[in-house]
Amino acid sequence: MSDAILVLAEHLRGEISEITYAMLGAGRNLAKALNAPLYAVLLGSDLAPLAARLGAADKVFLVENPQLNLASAGTAAALLKELMAQQQVGLVLVGGTNVSMGIGSVLSVRTGLPFVNFCKKISWDGALTCTSQLFGGKILADVKLTDGRGVISIYPGSFPAEAGKSEAAPTTVKLELPVAASTVLFKRYIEPEAGDIDITKQNVLVAVGRGIQSQANVALAEELAQALGGAVCASRPVIDQGWLPLSRQVGKSGMTVKPRLYLALGISGAPEHWEGMQGSQLIIAVNTDPKAPIFDGAHYGVCGDALELVPALAEKIKAKKGAA
Amino acid sequence: MNLFVLLKMVPDTVEELNVAPDSPALDAEFLRFKLSDPGEQALEQALLLKEKHGGTVTVVALDAPEVDEVLFTALAKGATRAVKIGGDWSRLQSFAAGQILAAFLKAAGSALSADALVLLRSQAIDDLEGEIGPYLADELGVPYADVVTGVTVTGNSMSIIKEFAGGLRGEFTLPLPAVLGIQSAEKPPRYVPIAKVRAALKSAKIETVDVAPPARLARFALERMYKPEAGGRAQMLEGSPEAVADKLVEVLVQQGLI
Ligand SMILES: Cc1cc2nc3c(=O)[nH]c(=O)nc-3n(C[C@H](O)[C@H](O)[C@H](O)COP(=O)(O)OP(=O)(O)OC[C@H]3O[C@@H](n4cnc5c(N)ncnc54)[C@H](O)[C@@H]3O)c2cc1C
Ligand SMILES: Nc1ncnc2c1ncn2[C@@H]1O[C@H](COP(=O)(O)O)[C@@H](O)[C@H]1O
Repeated sequence: MSDAILVLAEHLRGEISEITYAMLGAGRNLAKALNAPLYAVLLGSDLAPLAARLGAADKVFLVENPQLNLASAGTAAALLKELMAQQQVGLVLVGGTNVSMGIGSVLSVRTGLPFVNFCKKISWDGALTCTSQLFGGKILADVKLTDGRGVISIYPGSFPAEAGKSEAAPTTVKLELPVAASTVLFKRYIEPEAGDIDITKQNVLVAVGRGIQSQANVALAEELAQALGGAVCASRPVIDQGWLPLSRQVGKSGMTVKPRLYLALGISGAPEHWEGMQGSQLIIAVNTDPKAPIFDGAHYGVCGDALELVPALAEKIKAKKGAA
Repeated sequence: MNLFVLLKMVPDTVEELNVAPDSPALDAEFLRFKLSDPGEQALEQALLLKEKHGGTVTVVALDAPEVDEVLFTALAKGATRAVKIGGDWSRLQSFAAGQILAAFLKAAGSALSADALVLLRSQAIDDLEGEIGPYLADELGVPYADVVTGVTVTGNSMSIIKEFAGGLRGEFTLPLPAVLGIQSAEKPPRYVPIAKVRAALKSAKIETVDVAPPARLARFALERMYKPEAGGRAQMLEGSPEAVADKLVEVLVQQGLI
């Protein structure tokens, strides 16, 4: 039997994050291939109800300590290092999310193991091959971990969460591990800004990206959204420019939306954006770049200038609706 | 405050990216480099902090194509000093970059003064080996926070806003000195007219320093780099804007959307 595989189970506000199930699913396959046990570890407080949901793991370790809720990368990494030594762990999976980002990097420095970021596929043929997506999804890279040891950051949305869900009651083990006092202290949550419009409740979303080019052009999208009976949302660069409020951001840090129609204008389709809108029923993308990654996932694509198309489309929709 | 901004050049993904025929790396021939978006944000956040608390902003970059222009632009925006760390860093990965930048900051002496704050972006599109921020903070032995969208400094400590998901954010406190991975500054990055950049080119200068390169530039060998196969390719609609608009209306009608 090989050294164990450990999943750092992510949780936020009393809920297990989806990424945790994705990691358990990936971990299950690896455990089978490597003939290794699959462990999960929960850090924080009130962990018992969370542990009950991790039945896909052979064993769940609980490290109860309120200081470990949203622990800093340094604090979490120190604990994981200890756990790896104590429980003979050779491979660690962490979530590539804003919550867990950084922990894997520090763990790899502290243990001397390699760290592989943005991993979306793992295969085993005597060595472990991790496939990562780089440059906003435009390039893939294969990295080999020859002895199967390392720390891997799992890219959200790459592995099916279903595979890591199980009704089984896991074996849980409480561990007393020394928790280094952290100087990074959590104070409070700041709730999402309500905003004038809740984009998660819209049937139709017209999304604008950097390709919309100016704040003035956002009005074109507004007009189209109005014609369609929907609202305008945006990718991060548009929000960061201050062209639309934060409540309109879709993606990794922003909202997750599942409208009936997602019309993406001048959005390249970076993984961090894709993460927030991949569940849309119908995705139509308009982009001047025929190779934009958004076309790989969209249902319909238009290779062209959104600024030219949008006014024409708005007019025709209005005409159609007027005629109906 | 003693502010450091670490600027990283990344390939502009608006250009087509190709893999070099002979090695698992991007084909340098058609690459155009630019400062990453969050790099712009980190610089803006530092300039805002300098305006509020006084002190200096030192921008630091490892040598890379087009980096001089980025450094002069930073000076034109209000940075105090610009430093370029010389060397061939084309095969450099995050861990080694963290070591180099830590060595520079330690040698800078004042770097870890009580009022030092190192700002960088929280993650780059080519960070296969991990984010640099946490490596760097570990090397320097100072606290680190990332995905930061707001910084309020009071004396020797600060409160930061970190983004989670779904618009949810959290407030944390940590002491100075520290390393912060910035996701967005509190205000959109300022615009600097090209004339001001030209003026900086004439009046200001970039300091070049050498740091001994680490023994290994990367911790693992890349096996292969390739372009993803287009998965489910979208059905492309072609024609003039008018014609495409007609086709789209048809699709929308079919789907019961209008
Ligand atoms: C931790 C982290 C969290 C992040 N969170 C988010 C998030 O929540 N949401 C998010 O969106 N991003 C997020 N990002 C950023 C993400 O990685 C991308 O940078 C971003 O999504 C790119 O936005 P974009 O597609 O609008 O811009 P770009 O990638 O610059 O794409 C612009 C596109 O417009 C096209 N274009 C240009 N002109 C026209 C025209 N006239 N007509 C049509 N097309 C045109 C171009 O061909 C290009 O494809 C995050 C990044 C990190 C590291
Ligand atoms: N080659 C580099 N030169 C200068 N700064 C860098 C370099 N690599 C990374 N950094 C800094 O570290 C930040 C985070 O890097 P990364 O972790 O690679 O996203 C970058 O945005 C820069 O601020």
